[in-house]
Amino acid sequence: MHAILTMIIQRLGLGLITLIAVSFIMSVAIEFLPGDLAQEVLGQSATPETVAAFRAELGLDRAFHTRYFEWLGNVLTGDLGTSLANQREISELLGTRLYNTLFLASIAAAISVPIAITLGVLAALYRNSLYDRLVNIFTLSTISTPEFFVAYILILWFSVTVRIFPSISDIGPDLGFWEHVYRSMLPALTLTLVVIAHMMRMTRAAIINLLASPYIEMATLKGVPRRDVIIRHALPNALAPIINVVVLNLAYLIVGVVVVEVVFVYPGLGQLLVDSVSKRDMPVVQACCLVFAITYILLNLTADILSILSNPRLLHPR
Amino acid sequence: MNEFIKLLKKAPPTAIFGMVVITIYVIVAIFAPFVAPFSETEIVGDQFELWGDPYILGTDNLGRDMLSRLIFGARNTVGIALITTAFAFLVGCFFGLLAATLGGWVDQLLGRIVDVMMAIPTLVFALLLLTIFGTSVTTLVLVIGILYSTSVFRLARAVSMNVVVLDFVEVAKLRGEGLLYIIRHEILPNILPPLVAEFGLRFCFVFLFISALSFLGLGLQPPTADWGSMVRENATLITFGDITPLVPAAAIALLTVAVNFVVDWFLHLTSGLKD
Repeated sequence: MHAILTMIIQRLGLGLITLIAVSFIMSVAIEFLPGDLAQEVLGQSATPETVAAFRAELGLDRAFHTRYFEWLGNVLTGDLGTSLANQREISELLGTRLYNTLFLASIAAAISVPIAITLGVLAALYRNSLYDRLVNIFTLSTISTPEFFVAYILILWFSVTVRIFPSISDIGPDLGFWEHVYRSMLPALTLTLVVIAHMMRMTRAAIINLLASPYIEMATLKGVPRRDVIIRHALPNALAPIINVVVLNLAYLIVGVVVVEVVFVYPGLGQLLVDSVSKRDMPVVQACCLVFAITYILLNLTADILSILSNPRLLHPR
Repeated sequence: MNEFIKLLKKAPPTAIFGMVVITIYVIVAIFAPFVAPFSETEIVGDQFELWGDPYILGTDNLGRDMLSRLIFGARNTVGIALITTAFAFLVGCFFGLLAATLGGWVDQLLGRIVDVMMAIPTLVFALLLLTIFGTSVTTLVLVIGILYSTSVFRLARAVSMNVVVLDFVEVAKLRGEGLLYIIRHEILPNILPPLVAEFGLRFCFVFLFISALSFLGLGLQPPTADWGSMVRENATLITFGDITPLVPAAAIALLTVAVNFVVDWFLHLTSGLKD
């Protein structure tokens, strides 16, 4: 237990260091903002005074280190600043958006993870069969297709040809749970199709990798049925890479939703990010990036810790 | 040459399909002005004309010929993705080999920098950088190239680590050869196969990534014909059951599938696995 605790603390420390590095990079990047940005955001009528005020608001008139620590302090106390575009509090803006994005990602995860693992185990079980080859070709094609292609095909099928689901996710604040699920069904399905391939292939590869090891041969030789060999003997040992790829794909679900959110006009964090990038609304972009980076780093950390827990041998690297 | 033809004959159907598709794309991209019936940006008809004569795939939201834009799009989208991938490889391989050959603190420093860069999701990082530097073709190539060079760095470093410790590298060092000579003549030829396969895969990722950015309106800027933005511009047609906007998206998908098929075959060949 002691070793595990040290490991977790170590990983958390590493995550924290990465996060600080990330925030630092983001602040350095702002340093390179072109001088005409103020002009661009404020429009033609900008006077030298308003430009100066704008720069003061971004903190560009102060030295880099003062600005960085000030921003860090504000973020730690929950103050993310105000949007340049509409002067609203960013923390207020992010709240519901983040909730919506997490909601969408959870639905997609709830659908995709069980399907992917089942398909992967089956593909390993019936390796080189017609089923395996079909699944292989199918997953290879979904990996290679842009998300918006999948999204529009789904729209074409499910909201134009057969009118089952709405093509635009009109999510309001006072929507019932099931109504929310219903309206986010198409984006969730798109995400499912996009991530399922990767998870399924990794599950298959992890199990097939193990099939060559002596203890599996031993089990086969003593007459254990093939299905039991895979589910009882191979799967537990293959858990580490599978958990890893599942959690990494969850990270992708939260971060990769950007395109899907734009297609379905889903009011999530990704759409906010894209809007803010085209408006060059720096504080909002910065806040969104920070939230995404935190989620991503946390999930990576979880993947690390879970895979070590599921395979104690990783605790003692040689 | 003979051996090459023999090899081609043994290629699986998927790989042959891939190679044929890639060849067609390359020819269309190179000879775009001669193949396309109309010009890239000229407004030739009404908005959203249907498929038929003279506009084979109809016209887009401004009345430009869809087919011509599709053909020019091959040149723009694929071309930029190629340049970006090449740039990513130049940067990634150079630093990866440098880290592997020099070792020590150089290796440590570069490794940590790459670790931090990879801790930020690529799309988020790219959007942050594009907000700051704006969206011109040059910044697009530089930003995406540098972001994707991180994984190239890791691969190049990992594969050359195995080569650096071999005797002939030691001999070259003792002979007094310079760092660049060792990298180019001793290490690079020995790690080429995995790098070539990686180039194909990275190209797919970069290509999809640029298309996604263009789709979001943050990649190639109008009026340049580009498959990602063509989907976005004409997306409203989908709700009327018209599949025109799906054609450029399908063009993207077809090329990535083709490249993947060829890379799969190549990996199989160079891994020395026999069926």
